[in-house]
Amino acid sequence: MFQIHDLIIQRNGRDALRVDSLDIQRGETLAVVGPNGAGKSTLLLALARLLNPARGEIIYDGKSLMQRNELEYRRKISFVFQAPLLMDMTVEQNVALGLKFRSTPKEEIQARIGKWAKQLDIESLLKRRAGQLSGGEAQRVSLARAFVLEPELMLLDEPFAALDPPTRAKLIEDLSVLLKEDSRTAVFVTHNLNEATKLSHRIAVIVDGVLRQVGTAKQIKTKPADENVKAFLQELPQ
Amino acid sequence: MFDSEIWQITALSIQVSVIATIISLLIGLPFGTWLALGNFRGRSFILSIINTGMALPPVVVGLVVAIMLWRSGPLGNLRLIYTPVAIIIAQTIIAAPVVTGLTAAALEALDPRLQQQLLGLGASRGQMVWNLWREARLPLLAALMAGFGSVISEVGASMMVGGNIRGQTRVLTTAIVLETSKGEFGQALALSTLLLVLTYLINLALTWIQQRGRKVDHSANTMLQSAPRK
Repeated sequence: MFQIHDLIIQRNGRDALRVDSLDIQRGETLAVVGPNGAGKSTLLLALARLLNPARGEIIYDGKSLMQRNELEYRRKISFVFQAPLLMDMTVEQNVALGLKFRSTPKEEIQARIGKWAKQLDIESLLKRRAGQLSGGEAQRVSLARAFVLEPELMLLDEPFAALDPPTRAKLIEDLSVLLKEDSRTAVFVTHNLNEATKLSHRIAVIVDGVLRQVGTAKQIKTKPADENVKAFLQELPQ
Repeated sequence: MFDSEIWQITALSIQVSVIATIISLLIGLPFGTWLALGNFRGRSFILSIINTGMALPPVVVGLVVAIMLWRSGPLGNLRLIYTPVAIIIAQTIIAAPVVTGLTAAALEALDPRLQQQLLGLGASRGQMVWNLWREARLPLLAALMAGFGSVISEVGASMMVGGNIRGQTRVLTTAIVLETSKGEFGQALALSTLLLVLTYLINLALTWIQQRGRKVDHSANTMLQSAPRK
């Protein structure tokens, strides 16, 4: 689905991410791990075409992202940030937002909201305003807002980082089931190797703005590609 | 002063100030949005000019517009001096920086990731801007009220470019100045009360619109949106 070659992304005038080579298969869940500020979110923003490459390219289904119509491409994906970033409207209106952007017919919007509100257990919240939700509820709504689009690619940037451990564990469990049932392509940024192992087919390790290794959890744990990956793994809580 | 004359003055005051506020909104909303969302060289400089413009003394605006519209001035052939249109022009110059500056401030106060989130959900640029306006509707309505407040209450510019001509360009503020200068304090106080009531009623309507959608305590939302940034 994606082939990335020789990619450099700059932020604030300096190189924020270098990826020599990375392929993402359709239907795959790729977890991206690494320390704070390593460049994980930068990879997601580049895949969403919210940051443009300074060098190299991202090929999507055989054609460079930069040559594709920006809006058309973005309507094939959905992005979930660490903060829920809900709009000051009802939960139902929030979940419908992306579908309204796509001028989806009303009946279709209602059907999809019904389906995904049930899947993510937010049916009872639909009439509530976003400001009345707890952190866990808001993040569920944020996930529903992304899933309801039934996109080709989901980009999830540490969506559970701000949540308390029990809520986080429950949401990861639910997301794991959804991603497997749905066979949707997803790239998921996390700090946590256990989360990455649970949710993904493969793991990409980014340290100091460079993609160092891509492989299964076992491969990364037993054969870290370099000292940077090794040091990152040693710093993780056991 | 006859009742009919007071109503004519009041109607003209409302007419010129509402038109000037609407034109200021049509200028200030897109310009302020462009300044808030743009990332270009000279942005801070333009913002500093706009912020200075928010404190423009009406008499200075009146002087400049009067020079431009004077019969021998560059736009003298338009014959607008001492007409309601001249007052509208001057009031627009006073209100537009207020609306622009407060629009930019309102949008800059939103979480910057909201733009990326909207684009990440498939919004076009227009849809993104519309939703940002919707999200900032309370401070944007405050910008509109501030713009209206700055023109309905000003006297210097209206006096200089309108001329305070009875039955043609006399508005409430210039009438109050005239009655005071004649020692007719009762008339001046009555007109002042009328101006205050009028301003109150228009702001009451705008406040009602502003508060209509604000039915919930936003503290929870603030908490949700203030998760640590990376």
